[in-house]
Amino acid sequence: MIENIQILYPEIFLSLSILIILMIGVFIKNSYNLVTNLTFLTLLVLIAILLNKKGNTLIFSEAFISDSFSIFIKILILISSLFILYSSQVFIKDNNINKFEYPIIFLIAILGMFFMVSSNDLILFYLGLELQSLALYILTAIDRDNLKSTESGIKFFILSALSSGLLLYGCSLLYGFTGSTNFEIINKELTSENVGAVFAMVFILVGLAFKVSAVPFHMWTPDVFEGSPSSITSFFAIVPKIAGIAVFIRFMQIPFENILIEWQSIIIFLSIASMILGAVAAIGQKNIKRLIAYSSIGHIGYALAGIATGTSSGYSSSVLYITIYAVMNLGIFGCIFLMKKDGKYTEEINDLSGISKNHPLISLSFLIILFSLAGIPPLGGFFAKFYIFLSVVESEMYTLAIIGLLTTVISAFYYLKIIKIIYFDEITKPFDENKSFSISGTIFISCIFLVTFFLYPSIFNDLIFTAVSQ
Amino acid sequence: MNFPILSSIIFLPLLGALFIFLSQSKTSSIKSAIYVSLFTSIANFLLSIFLWYSFDRNFTGFQFVEDKNWISGLIKFKLGIDGISILFIVLTTFIAPICILSCINSVKTRIKEFLIAILVLETFMLGVFCSLDLVIFYLFFEAGLIPMFLIIGIWGGPRRVYSAYKFFLYTLLGSVLMLIAIIAIYWISGTTDFVQILEFKIPKEYQYILWLAFFSSFAVKLPMWPVHTWLPDAHVEAPTAGSVILASILLKMAGYGFLRFSVGMFPVASEYFTPLVYTLSIIAIIYTSLVALMQEDMKKLIAYSSVAHMGYVTLGIFTFTKQGIDGSIYQMISHGLISAALFLSVGVLYDRTHSRMINSYGGIVNILPKFSLIFMIFTLSALGIPGTSGFIGEFLVLIGIFQKNYFVAILATLGVILAAAYMLWLYKRVIFGNLKSNTIKEIKDINISEGLVLSLLAIATIVFGFYPEPILDTISVSSDYLIENYKKDLAYHLMVKK
Repeated sequence: MIENIQILYPEIFLSLSILIILMIGVFIKNSYNLVTNLTFLTLLVLIAILLNKKGNTLIFSEAFISDSFSIFIKILILISSLFILYSSQVFIKDNNINKFEYPIIFLIAILGMFFMVSSNDLILFYLGLELQSLALYILTAIDRDNLKSTESGIKFFILSALSSGLLLYGCSLLYGFTGSTNFEIINKELTSENVGAVFAMVFILVGLAFKVSAVPFHMWTPDVFEGSPSSITSFFAIVPKIAGIAVFIRFMQIPFENILIEWQSIIIFLSIASMILGAVAAIGQKNIKRLIAYSSIGHIGYALAGIATGTSSGYSSSVLYITIYAVMNLGIFGCIFLMKKDGKYTEEINDLSGISKNHPLISLSFLIILFSLAGIPPLGGFFAKFYIFLSVVESEMYTLAIIGLLTTVISAFYYLKIIKIIYFDEITKPFDENKSFSISGTIFISCIFLVTFFLYPSIFNDLIFTAVSQ
Repeated sequence: MNFPILSSIIFLPLLGALFIFLSQSKTSSIKSAIYVSLFTSIANFLLSIFLWYSFDRNFTGFQFVEDKNWISGLIKFKLGIDGISILFIVLTTFIAPICILSCINSVKTRIKEFLIAILVLETFMLGVFCSLDLVIFYLFFEAGLIPMFLIIGIWGGPRRVYSAYKFFLYTLLGSVLMLIAIIAIYWISGTTDFVQILEFKIPKEYQYILWLAFFSSFAVKLPMWPVHTWLPDAHVEAPTAGSVILASILLKMAGYGFLRFSVGMFPVASEYFTPLVYTLSIIAIIYTSLVALMQEDMKKLIAYSSVAHMGYVTLGIFTFTKQGIDGSIYQMISHGLISAALFLSVGVLYDRTHSRMINSYGGIVNILPKFSLIFMIFTLSALGIPGTSGFIGEFLVLIGIFQKNYFVAILATLGVILAAAYMLWLYKRVIFGNLKSNTIKEIKDINISEGLVLSLLAIATIVFGFYPEPILDTISVSSDYLIENYKKDLAYHLMVKK
């Protein structure tokens, strides 16, 4: 009997649920609704299980770790997945992608991320990453009659497989030079003199940067965001990013702790490049999903800026950033799900023209979320940036801080462009009436969170800081 | 004092805005929205008058201090006022109902949203003047961009999109540097609490760069030459109420920032950069006055005259003399009243003829006698004729600057003459002469709400022109304290050097 098996309960429960739901899906006809409801139930039960977990335990020869950091990230992943799945129900049905596999693959991706976040060993980490990636390939191409969706699926598969290869190569080098796959042992073995291991670190960073779509490994993002159905795009924009940033922090904190000088300059470069490209390339976009793709690249740049400091306060600021980023993106994708004219979904930014006259509440939500994405106080997005720059300036990386704030101004331009189209431009055809509570509920929660965040901006601080500094 | 009066003043307009937002009934909702907003803003004005009344004029520090934990361990939500901020609070709460009254005539579409924007903006502006913590200050300072961007963009003129963008991006670019400076101050001194920073005394070597970062934000907002170009565009395109708020309060936030933060926290750098400020102010006064002479658009002319008047404010602040600082505060208050009145007057004409061009008017005095009279009062106060509040501000500033630098003082006095030239010429071309076109003959004289608003402002201008005592008395102790502190800090830093 394995000791401490109870720390694996969430993963065991998730795997069993996946299998059971799969059986139900196979044997009961037209079971999409049943499967979806069971998925919601699974996610809720998982949140309940994780909320009751505490402590810091290692099992499976120290390959699997359960600490408050991983629990926080897992809860974040679950809550955002729950909202994504919930708010996209109408979209899924309208686009005829309501196959029972959809929520199951969704759950498999989450299972992969659970292992990624909890891994303390290169092999377990790689397996989790691949499980997640495999599920994501299928999700991207789930609308298989749609040319764009299939194309983006293939694109994502080829590029992601390449980056996984690089990552695996880095892992094998790291094993060769340190003699272990365990993070703690690598931490002890790894020093700056170990040139081969530093070399391996670069490969691993490339693989990770690809997964969070940091420049210059971002090329897949706009195409995949645009090509896959919006319900999947919202998943792409939020959940794998959370897991990616968490893994980034885990790697920097444990195996690569002693070669900070080496990786710091790489991350600073990734961060600056992402911020600049995210700000500049989004200006010319006409498709809102492409624009969100570039904006998410920019946001990842800010989150990486927090990691680049190499301090606990930097790590916690970047976790906070990704939390608030998730809330903002939930809201903006909720708004995208409402962009429907005559029963057809539209993604052109120009179709938003003048909607403030017919849809004051949607426009107001857009306004709040976009200003928050631009980082204008007193909205939530400002505090996310504020904490990042607080820790960046603490580490005396003034160039990074100044470039980061200047790109904020540039990126404000394209967020303002959408607001301009919504509020200042001539009215076009109104959108279809929204009858679903699920979308408006999600947007409402997101907006309320962003607007009232300033009342108690340290709500997550203690939680995240203690989680990260362990 | 247990009742959080400052928080109530700040958040009362927000409450009114929320109320209007939530009352979604279709019938007669516009009228009730106007009543609600008028009621909240007037109540807020009375509250601030009460605050002014119960304010202790002989107390040197900050009063009505509210201190709450905000970001645990980092930042406190700290509010408090002294003799300088109380005046700006009263000015803000005085201008807000005037804007709401004026929009009854000028705003035709989406009045409810407009009122919400004005009330939200009022909250943010009041927050700026009350905050005693740099982060809170920044929060309110920047947040004002959102409603103002919408006011210009939704209810503005034909080139509103360009102006709104220019306004937003210019100010944002200036402000982000201030944000870095604020964070840097936090790591240097361990706090963002303004009072504690004053006690801490920021080391000299950091002061220069931090001063420049704050300067970049305030100079854009004030605006100083050469970053003033957003202002004429924003003014021309904004609706009347937007122009009024922009000219009379938003610009003052920067002057207030200079006075409170730049001078207070960085005395060495302020002293060091004084020649820079003098040069820019003199260029602003002379150059923009000349530019104002050439304008054909009335709103643009007044916008450029605002830049010139703000030049006196910066001159006065950086004399570091009692007269100079008192004068610049007085100038800000009086400019707040006068520019509001001028933009409202232009708004009165624009609502009737839909033209802001000077050459489409002429001979107005024959058909709008009441308007012509009131407009004359404001023209004269804008050029600083004795007996109006404009005179006292400029006079005190000039006294202050004469003690420091004769050359600058002479150049600044030249600006007064130029102001007379462009304002009187404007008045002559618009009011006197022959009637240009027949369409103008049809227009009616000012109605009750316009008359009420304009005469209120006229009374305030004249009263403060003859009787400056209430204002000067309020600021006296605080400005003494400011100068004393400044000199003490300067001496301290010079001593450290040796």
